[in-house]
Amino acid sequence: MRRRSAAAAILCLAGFAWPGMSSALTGAAPLEEKARAGKAAPAEQRRIRGAYLARAANCMGCHTARAGRPYAGGRSLSTPFGTFITTNITPDMATGIGGWNEEDFWKAMHEGKSRDGRPLYPAFPYTEYTKITREDSDAIFAHLQSLSPVSQKNPSSRIDFPYDFEPLLILWRAVYFKPGVYQPDSLKSREWNRGAYLVQGLGHCSACHTERNPLAVVRGAYDEDSSGAQIMGSNWYAPSLTSSAEAGSAKWPMGEIIRLLTTGVSRLATTSGPMAEVVGQSLQHLTKEDARAMAVYLKSLPESNPRPKAGAPALTEEVQKLFRQGAGIYKRHCQDCHGDAGQGAPGIYPPLAGNRAVTMNPPVNVIRSVLNGGYPPVTAGNPRPYGMPPFAQTLNDGEVALVLSYIRNTWGNRASFVTRAQVDKSREGIH
Amino acid sequence: MKRDIPVTFLFAIALAHAAGFATAATPIEVPNTMAERVKPCVVCHGLEEKTGRGNYYPRIAGKPEGYLFNQLRNFRDGRRYYRPMALLLENLTDQYLLEMAVYFSTLEQPYPPPERVALLPAKTKLAQKLVNEGDPARNIPACTECHGQELMGTAPFVPGLLGLPRVYMIAQFGAWKSGGLMRGQTEDCMSEIAKQLTAEETSAIAAWLASQPVPRNSGPAAGLSAGMAERCAGIVHGGARR
Ligand code: HEC
Ligand code: HEC
Ligand code: HEC
Ligand code: HEC
Ligand code: HEC
Repeated sequence: MRRRSAAAAILCLAGFAWPGMSSALTGAAPLEEKARAGKAAPAEQRRIRGAYLARAANCMGCHTARAGRPYAGGRSLSTPFGTFITTNITPDMATGIGGWNEEDFWKAMHEGKSRDGRPLYPAFPYTEYTKITREDSDAIFAHLQSLSPVSQKNPSSRIDFPYDFEPLLILWRAVYFKPGVYQPDSLKSREWNRGAYLVQGLGHCSACHTERNPLAVVRGAYDEDSSGAQIMGSNWYAPSLTSSAEAGSAKWPMGEIIRLLTTGVSRLATTSGPMAEVVGQSLQHLTKEDARAMAVYLKSLPESNPRPKAGAPALTEEVQKLFRQGAGIYKRHCQDCHGDAGQGAPGIYPPLAGNRAVTMNPPVNVIRSVLNGGYPPVTAGNPRPYGMPPFAQTLNDGEVALVLSYIRNTWGNRASFVTRAQVDKSREGIH
Repeated sequence: MKRDIPVTFLFAIALAHAAGFATAATPIEVPNTMAERVKPCVVCHGLEEKTGRGNYYPRIAGKPEGYLFNQLRNFRDGRRYYRPMALLLENLTDQYLLEMAVYFSTLEQPYPPPERVALLPAKTKLAQKLVNEGDPARNIPACTECHGQELMGTAPFVPGLLGLPRVYMIAQFGAWKSGGLMRGQTEDCMSEIAKQLTAEETSAIAAWLASQPVPRNSGPAAGLSAGMAERCAGIVHGGARR
């Protein structure tokens, strides 16, 4: 109790700083919250704002175990470098961050250092959070400190050799990590800057989406040449946000970008796996203004050099024969939902014709879709989603490869063959 | 309860064109029903013959809604382990899982014919005794006390025991006993009972139950006796075993 009021006092003092922050970055708090915040004391206002920012940064998503106490940590994130166990960030003195102050917290968010000075692993995306302003960091801290303390000691991370060697981490940081708050671009609109701040900082999109970035060193972003390539310990490929053949939105109408980010489905694409989680836990809670700002920024991103496409097969008689087999499987198992021309029912059953997720290289995500099935996230905008059945139990590797090769090369789609070996690799751990 | 009104969605395709996606065909019509939404479940929990798949998939239609809801949450949250279901459910909220549970609990589906199992008379007797009388010496109540006189379950948390595959039941007993990943960690009154049964007893019970015909026009019994409700307090009161 004593600690809480002390914290509140500190927040009150510091609270006057934030209304004066760079206007480009002052996002809207949820409207009804804003109304409440208008009447509330500054410390209270900041706490409410912090709760919203923590959502946008999805702190809870990582710092909560499945069905565990929110923010009490214990979720394991498996990476090719070992298994990280997230920490308890409730204000518990013994097991959480109850003993931390704003300065300690800022060091973690901005510099990636724990309270005792230990460099943190970038499984905690401070590489992106470093762009967050001091004011926002303090607000998030105020929110976390206002939670009820949960006493929960989590197991420690198991980092594999040689990544557990601290000097290596220090070296990596020296080379690849530059702390620095987001600097608004004065040539761009306020909305664009807000979007950039959300995407690059709070939303930490590039923690998953940037290909072959420095993070690959530690995070293992997909690399076609390396075997057993993984994203965050799973067989997911996070497509590039700057390539319209992947996840770029330059050619999309604004409305569809916003719809995808906030409801999990759109007429042109559907989210699944880790992205479904990001939408369900974080993005669906964005205010209209912030979702729009994000879309404005994403739409403006210049086209990057697309990764070289693995070639589509020449349509020889042999290949046509395989496609006919694939077409048979499609008709039996897929056509009811995705349609005879791959047209689907946009917003419900994704169209497969002209769907870049289908033709993407590497084909790991579509292999996963067919093996595991899944539902897009439940969101306020899509409260009762339709789902896709898993086929791991019904189709063998060869059949999955055939049906995928077919849908990647029909209705105007063109992409490389999916091989039996690629399917097999994705099956790992599935029974 | 919510009723589904069959409506069809027809989406304008103009937008898809605007975005450069030429979709010539009309979008397929999708009924706005719960049945359509649970299609992914039906590949495994449906009616069609399951030969060649180890006959392992348990029936879920007509089971008490509270039981189904608890199981769905258990799978999603890792308290009961079956990876394909965990992956399928990972993005779904409690509210939606409850809707699915309600849907399946009210679903009427013909039962499969009883499995043909050759059972020695001594085994039959052993099974029947445990099912109908239990074993007071080991503090095992009759199965019927909780699972209903007709073994068709007791609303809302205790499932029926008829119409389930034999191998499925054996696997459940194994999971409770080993306290392993599958089911052992749930705090339910059933696990204590299962842990006391010998392998011989569980195999006799599973074989006997699987070979019983399912009574017509039958459903879950109304409620547990006070004694059994007490014993199953973790489920009855917690409901949400969080
Ligand atoms: C992608 C998963 C992920 C997200 C998102 C995430 N964290 Fe973490 N966080 C981690 C991991 C993993 C660690 C442990 C890193 C280590 O031990 O080196 C960690 C460590 C921390 C620490 C240091 C704890 C200590 O004892 O040193 C703090 C503070 C923290 N996170 C706060 C936050 C906040 C606030 C947010 C949201 C703004 C957040 N985290 C979002 C994964 C995440
Ligand atoms: C935890 C990792 C992760 C994070 C964080 C993440 N994404 Fe994704 N994202 C993915 C993966 C994996 C996919 C591919 C699966 C899919 O299409 O849903 C994806 C797909 C997408 C798509 C393409 C959907 C399609 O099918 O065309 C967009 C757009 C996108 N993400 C935007 C974002 C934005 C914006 C952010 C930050 C606010 C973000 N993502 C954060 C992992 C992530
Ligand atoms: C019961 C309806 C249904 C059936 C049958 C079905 N799907 Fe799907 N499919 C869906 C839904 C719903 C999604 C979106 C899932 C998600 O977001 O996780 C989807 C997603 C996909 C995706 C990913 C598309 C994207 O934009 O990310 C592919 C590829 C796919 N299905 C292929 C198939 C194939 C191949 C078959 C047959 C072997 C099949 N589907 C059968 C409903 C179905
Ligand atoms: C890949 C096949 C598969 C799919 C798809 C599937 N299930 Fe299951 N389900 C199983 C198996 C196998 C079990 C038994 C698991 C075990 O060993 O405990 C099970 C168990 C259950 C149970 C517990 C039954 C009991 O009597 O304890 C429920 C409830 C259930 N599933 C509901 C669903 C729902 C709802 C869906 C769709 C959202 C679904 N399942 C999709 C295979 C599947
Ligand atoms: C004290 C009450 C009680 C008694 C007595 C009892 N059960 Fe149960 N049983 C339960 C409950 C409650 C469940 C559901 C557990 C859960 O929610 O996971 C259950 C579940 C089961 C299941 C799993 C069904 C499924 O669909 O997965 C089987 C099999 C089973 N019991 C067999 C038996 C047998 C055989 C006996 C007699 C030897 C017995 N039970 C006696 C309460 C009881």
